[in-house]
Amino acid sequence: MTELRKVEPLTKRDILSTYFRSTFMLGSFNFERMQAIGFCVTMIPAIKRFYHKKEDQAAALKRHLEFFNTTPWPASAIFGVTAAMEQKKAEGGDIDEAAITNVKIGLMGPLAGIGDPIYWGTARPILAALGASLALSGSILGPLLFFFGINIIRFLTRWYGFQVGYRQGTDIVQDVAGNRLKKLTQMASVLGLFVMGSLVSKWTSIKMPLVLVSYKQAGHVVNTSLQNILDSLLPGLVALLMTFACMWLLKRKVNAIYIIFGMFAIGILGYWAGIFGL
Amino acid sequence: MNTMQFVLVILVALICGMASVMDERQFHRPIVACTLIGLVLGDLHTGIILGGSLELIALGWMNVGAAMAPDAALASTISAIIVIVGHQSIGEGIAIAVPLAAAGQVLTIFVRTIAVFFQHQADRYAAEANFRGIEWCHFGALLLQGLRVAIPTGAVAAIAGTSVVNQWLDSIPPVITHGLQVSGGFIVVVGYAMVINMMKARSLMPFFFIGFTLATFMTGINLVGLGILAACAAVVYVQLNPDFHDSIKAPAAATNVGTDDDDVLG
Repeated sequence: MTELRKVEPLTKRDILSTYFRSTFMLGSFNFERMQAIGFCVTMIPAIKRFYHKKEDQAAALKRHLEFFNTTPWPASAIFGVTAAMEQKKAEGGDIDEAAITNVKIGLMGPLAGIGDPIYWGTARPILAALGASLALSGSILGPLLFFFGINIIRFLTRWYGFQVGYRQGTDIVQDVAGNRLKKLTQMASVLGLFVMGSLVSKWTSIKMPLVLVSYKQAGHVVNTSLQNILDSLLPGLVALLMTFACMWLLKRKVNAIYIIFGMFAIGILGYWAGIFGL
Repeated sequence: MNTMQFVLVILVALICGMASVMDERQFHRPIVACTLIGLVLGDLHTGIILGGSLELIALGWMNVGAAMAPDAALASTISAIIVIVGHQSIGEGIAIAVPLAAAGQVLTIFVRTIAVFFQHQADRYAAEANFRGIEWCHFGALLLQGLRVAIPTGAVAAIAGTSVVNQWLDSIPPVITHGLQVSGGFIVVVGYAMVINMMKARSLMPFFFIGFTLATFMTGINLVGLGILAACAAVVYVQLNPDFHDSIKAPAAATNVGTDDDDVLG
C-alpha cells in the first residue's frame, strides 16, 4: 500500500471559479467531441489545486478532453463527482484513469435522461409560455419573469449540483439511479405533458371558414363552415392532429426546419384555396 | 438608427449568438433577444410583443443530444430589426423569422464543424499542460459563435429601413404574407411535438389529453390555473405510483444489503 498524500481540498475560490467556468461549458461545442473542451476548462481549477507536477497536469487535462455530452445544467453534478475523484487520485487513492472516465461516461446518459425532461421539457417551456402570454400584451413582466425565473433555476442546479457531487463523490451514482430523481423526472414529465396538452388547445389558432353547406331559412342564408362542424365535434381537433403528425415526422428524423417550412406551405396553400382564414 | 444604436445592436447580437450555443443564460430566446433589440432601438413595446410571438413558435426548440434546434438567436435579432426599423407588422416579423432560424442553424453547424480544429489545438496544449492555451481554444470558438450572429445582424441593421428593403418587403404578395400569418397560428405545434417526443413517456400521454380537454372546454381558465392542476396531477401520480413504494413492491428484497465500506465504484 502506498501511503496517502495529503491533498488540499478545493477552496471557496476554486469552487466559485469552477462554477463560473461551468456556465460557459458549451461554448466550444463541436461535432467531434462535443462539450469536451468546456468540460476540461471547467476542471482546470481542480486540476491546478490537486496536481502540481507538469506531467500529472497534462495527463489530467488530456483525460478531460475526451468526448462529453449531456444536459448542460445538471452536468455540474458530474463536475463535482469528477473533482472528488481527481482529489482521491491525487491523494494516491485506488483510482485509475479509466475509473474516472467510466464514471463520467456512465453518468452522462442517465443525467441527460433526467435533465432533458426537467429543464428543456418542463421548466423552460412552461416559463416561456407564461412569459410569452404576458409579453403578447406588451408587458415587460413577460421577459423578466422568463429570464429571472429560468436563471434562478439554472443557478441553483449548477451551484448545488456541484456541491452535492463533490461531497458525495461516487456515491451519487446510486442517487442518479435511485428513486428520488426518477420521481422528480416523472413529476416533471406529467407536468410538462399536461401543460403541452393545454397549449395545443389554447395557443393555436386555426380558422377554417370554408363554407360546406349553405341554405336559406326564413329569409336568412345559413352557412355551415368546416369550422362549425369541427367545433361541434372537438374544438382544437386540427391542432391535435397536426401535433401528432409532427411527432410522427420527428420520430422519423425529419429535420424540424423542414417540418416548419412544410407548415408554411400548408398555410399559404390553404389560405390561397380558402380552406384557412385569418 | 444612429451609430450608438448600431454598435449596441451588434453587441446584443454577439451576446445572443454566444448564448445560442451555450444554452446557458437564455439570452438567445426570442422573448429576451427581441426585447433587448427593442430596448436598444428605442421601441421596447414592439420588441416585447414580437419576442412573445416568436417565443411561442420557438417554445419547443431545443438542443437534445447531438440534434440541433433551429436557431432562435439570428431569427430574433434580425426580425426585430426589420419590424422596428423597417416599420413592418408583427406578422411580417414572424414570416421572416423562420427562414432566418433555418439559416442560423446552417451557420451554427458550420461553426461547430470549424470548432473541431480548436479541439485538436486544445489536445496539443493539453500535452504541454498549457492551461491558458486550452482556455483560448474554448473562448475562441465561443467568439466565433457570437460573430456568426453578430455579422449577419450587423449587415441587416446597416440596410434595414432603407427604401430598397422596404420596397422588397412590400412587394411580397399578400397571399404569401397572409398565408404565413395563418401558419403562424399553428406552427407552434412543431415545438410542442418536439417536447412531447423528447419526454419519451408514452405511458404518461393520458395527462397530455387531460390537459388538452380541460383547456378546450374550461373557458376562462388561464395558464396559471392549468399549471396548478398539472402540478397537482404530477404529485398525486407519483404518490400513488406503486413503483415508488418499496414496501408494496417487494418486501423480500428489503433486507439490508451490506454497505460495502468505501469501495469507490460500489
